[in-house]
Amino acid sequence: MLQLIIRRVVVAIPTLIIVSMLIFGLQRMLPGDPILTMTAEESNPEVVAFLREKYRLDDPMPVQYLAWIGNVLRGDFGSSIRTGLPVTEMILQKLPITVQLATMAMIMAMLIGIPAGIIAAVRKNTATDYVANTVALSGMSIPNFWLGIMLIMVVAVQWKLLPASGYVPLTQDAWLSIRSMLMPAFVLSTAVAAYLMRHTRSAMLGVLNSDYIRTARAKGLLSKTVILKHALGNALMPIVTLSTLLFGDLLAGAVLTEQIFVIPGFGKLIVDAVFTRDYAVVQGVVLFTAIGFIFMNLVADMLYILINPRLRHPQ
Amino acid sequence: MTQMAQGAAGTTAAQPIAKRKGFRGLAKLARNRGALVGAGIVILFALLAIFAPLLATHDPFATAFTSIRKPPSAEFWLGTDEIGRDIYSRLLYGARASLMAGVVSVAIALAIGVPLGLISGYFGGLVDGAISRVIEALLAIPSLILAIALAATLGPSLVNAMLAIGIAATPIFVRLTRGQVLAVKTEDYVEGAHAIGLPHGLIILRYILPNILPPVVVQATITVATAIIAEASLSFLGLGQQPPNPSWGSMLNTAKNFMTQAPWMSIFPGGAIFLVVLGFNLFGDGLRDALDPRDS
Amino acid sequence: MMKKLVLSAVLAGLMGATAVSAADLTVAMQDDPDILDPHRANTFVGRLVFASLCDTLFEIDTSLAIVPRIVSEWTWSEGDTVLTMTLRDDAVFHDGTPITAEAVKANLERAMTLPESNRKAELASVSGIEVLGEHEIALTLEAPDAAFLANLTDRAGMLISPAAFDTPPAGGVVCSGPYKFAERVQNDRIVLEKFADHWDADNYHFDTVTFRPIPDATVRLANLQSGDVQIIERPAPNDMATIEGDSNLVFDLVTGLGFYGVNFNMGNGERSQSPINQDPRLRKALELTIDRNVINDVLGAGTYPPAYQPFSSASWAYNPEFDGGGRDIEQAKALMAEAGHETVEFEILYANNSAMQSLFELVQAMASEAGFQIALRPMEFAAYVAEREAGNFEVSQFGASGRIDPDGNFHRYLACGSAGNVGNYCNDELTALLDKARTINDQAERKALYDEAQTIAAEDLPALYFYYTPRTWAYRANIEGFTSYADGVLRLAGVKMAD
Repeated sequence: MLQLIIRRVVVAIPTLIIVSMLIFGLQRMLPGDPILTMTAEESNPEVVAFLREKYRLDDPMPVQYLAWIGNVLRGDFGSSIRTGLPVTEMILQKLPITVQLATMAMIMAMLIGIPAGIIAAVRKNTATDYVANTVALSGMSIPNFWLGIMLIMVVAVQWKLLPASGYVPLTQDAWLSIRSMLMPAFVLSTAVAAYLMRHTRSAMLGVLNSDYIRTARAKGLLSKTVILKHALGNALMPIVTLSTLLFGDLLAGAVLTEQIFVIPGFGKLIVDAVFTRDYAVVQGVVLFTAIGFIFMNLVADMLYILINPRLRHPQ
Repeated sequence: MTQMAQGAAGTTAAQPIAKRKGFRGLAKLARNRGALVGAGIVILFALLAIFAPLLATHDPFATAFTSIRKPPSAEFWLGTDEIGRDIYSRLLYGARASLMAGVVSVAIALAIGVPLGLISGYFGGLVDGAISRVIEALLAIPSLILAIALAATLGPSLVNAMLAIGIAATPIFVRLTRGQVLAVKTEDYVEGAHAIGLPHGLIILRYILPNILPPVVVQATITVATAIIAEASLSFLGLGQQPPNPSWGSMLNTAKNFMTQAPWMSIFPGGAIFLVVLGFNLFGDGLRDALDPRDS
Repeated sequence: MMKKLVLSAVLAGLMGATAVSAADLTVAMQDDPDILDPHRANTFVGRLVFASLCDTLFEIDTSLAIVPRIVSEWTWSEGDTVLTMTLRDDAVFHDGTPITAEAVKANLERAMTLPESNRKAELASVSGIEVLGEHEIALTLEAPDAAFLANLTDRAGMLISPAAFDTPPAGGVVCSGPYKFAERVQNDRIVLEKFADHWDADNYHFDTVTFRPIPDATVRLANLQSGDVQIIERPAPNDMATIEGDSNLVFDLVTGLGFYGVNFNMGNGERSQSPINQDPRLRKALELTIDRNVINDVLGAGTYPPAYQPFSSASWAYNPEFDGGGRDIEQAKALMAEAGHETVEFEILYANNSAMQSLFELVQAMASEAGFQIALRPMEFAAYVAEREAGNFEVSQFGASGRIDPDGNFHRYLACGSAGNVGNYCNDELTALLDKARTINDQAERKALYDEAQTIAAEDLPALYFYYTPRTWAYRANIEGFTSYADGVLRLAGVKMAD
């Protein structure tokens, strides 16, 4: 296992290099200019020239890239052109928020999606299956902004049960913090739960059709234990792959949901930064989430091995 | 999705042994009530899109200043939007952009993602390393950001938007396929095939591909939904369907500002997306069952 | 039974205390401001925060007349080139240091010389600053500058404690306004707390003022309805009826100083060669197809006053004589025929948001009736700005947030070589008039010059105006003393909240 971890850390290096090049290059291919975008109506040629110089925007691309990556290796992610704040500080400010939101959403999604998928598979082609499917698919196709605004209207404005929006740090008031995150986490969880439900159902069907489960079924042995222990255990592979990917996606932020519930997470930060061409911020955040992704992939790989011991000795 | 079915049938037809199974799969698909309903919904919307000019009751671009945000009526079946255009007619024309965005981008993602995942998972080693690094890098970049960057670079049009969405959706198919291949690879029958010296291509096509398809099909039918919604985000940024041509996504985007005063503006395009997504997924379920080699 | 108990316990917990003290005000804005440094900042929403955070040398009243703030008295020299200002002697910065003439000098110099300063243009006419006494200072201008005092009512006239120029608190600034900086979480909130030593502290009634960016108008309103916030900026026009129908809420509207319309590429690169940019008759024909009242009704729900000129009715330079007669398709067709065209094709470039999308789809539909075939090219904001600068447009969205002094609405966009004149329109006669209007302090004389300039602009038609930006607010009914200004800035003097 340790060997695997070391190997994964080593191979993470080329991945990160590719990410850094991709994100650096992609952004600069976009039409638009950070300084012009920022100064817009008030643009003053003198100031524009100074800022271009300051942020080295007129240097050749490879020079800019190397200068940036050099600073990154020294732990300096640069500072935002728009707010002047250091990127590291911006990331650290938003990290706990995004992690909390993503974790709450993921827990909700797993609690809804996996049991629903199992039940739908066991009761395949019954009314239960159809209902579970329809609910899951509506979770996926109802736009987040619509669900979010509806929830605010009903839960916050009509019933006055939860705060309409905003973020309270866990450390400041844990209960209020969780309450204020309930609605956005639920909105985010709907699509994830739908994904999980669909894939769990599919994987379970595959396993339920396998010979030994069928034999068990034929003998009338199909108990909850068989389903949960044997069938689910074998169906876990794609669910694990997907869960880690989806969790990684959640960590990268969810711009619309964050915007509607005014949660200052990664999603809004990065989309705003892309639109204002705030290069250092986009690069810093993407590199940071990339590390998160790689970590999640490592977790997925370790889970694979735990589930399927035969993978421990690849030919 | 019919393309997918043909693709799968085509692959197996090359193999005499598997041929019967392919037919059995199709027959099974035809017996699956859910799959038939799903296919029916998708075909219905496809027909609506194709015959939009005949079925529309109004010019989808014509504004009527005296009838803005009117609820559904005999004149405007599904109501009117914020500048007085007929939502029913726009919905029909919008089906073209949205269905295309959904199907074409998923086809692109499948066409690139599945082969890469197969190669990566099956051969392992350096090839797997190289593919996995690039895929991880692509996955690490938020897919909307990737799509925005690609679409903006390629230039604003619906075709480029579909390409961008397709590429952005590719990595997940690679990962999923690769993960499945890794699981299947250690199964006895694959190891047996190795032992008797069958060529790699044959092993992949005959023993691995059929076993990895179920989760890929499920993912593909789900991605149709995400692609339709992603088109909405891109068209909102001027990178997708060009105005005033409608797409369901762009209709929803506008409707966002009128959710309480004109709920029909969001309900109908939202409902259309829901139905199409439901159709694709029901069909996908049937296809999954038909493709599942262990299912009888 | 047990379940019920648990459920009610959960519900009770959920209801929890969200009670807000009457001394804490929360304001929801459309965007998150950029840097909180008045000399460097660019965003409009930033000005809402600055109005409470940073005192200015001068202030405006609701009629846009200049009134004293930190400057208690001022005189112009003969020839209007030397401005002598007396400062009030009881004003201090948030760090306790007094506001002296030296501090004002340091601030003006910073705004004029700091490389990142965005105030340089506003202070460009200053050629000398002389401290005459502890609270007396004289500014020498190169030439008379009629807009100068108006500029000093905004960020160019804001004062930061010189001791904290280079050492601001993280994300904040040390100014001298009635509220001081407490905390900022980007994209979440900016918290200000009462500054007890402010010279007018008795007039400011809140302990804390929190500004929250809530970009979605529907969500802003929902937060107001739920009581999470007490004042919201720019509610959507189509929500006006809902707000007015709710006895807990108040809707407030004044005509702003900004406008929206289109400008033409008159000489910036190849795309200025298209017929619509070459022939004023075609532009006139286009103008005749636009029904401003429809735009007002359809998009603005009656809150978008029709615009035909760069000055709104809130400005003294506004002249009703230039308001057009309205839509006339037949005359438009006749003009097009006269110019030798049955149909005219062109493209409109605009920054994509749903308001602009609807506006230009409407324009496209209206103009098509006379034979204009308009292609729409929406782009995300950054790309749009770059395309405009590069001259890569035929016709473009044209908008300004509006200035107190008319100069900022006209000269900046249509004088030869001006920074905001991206269409490279250049009419020497018009430019001479606008230049001259800058140097005269007498309003009647200036208005005559602007009238003359408007006559020329109406011939050339380098730009069309569609509507004036409304400045809308909504607030809880227990807010007292709320006053709205045409510049859209929130001034909290005298505003209180009843329990």
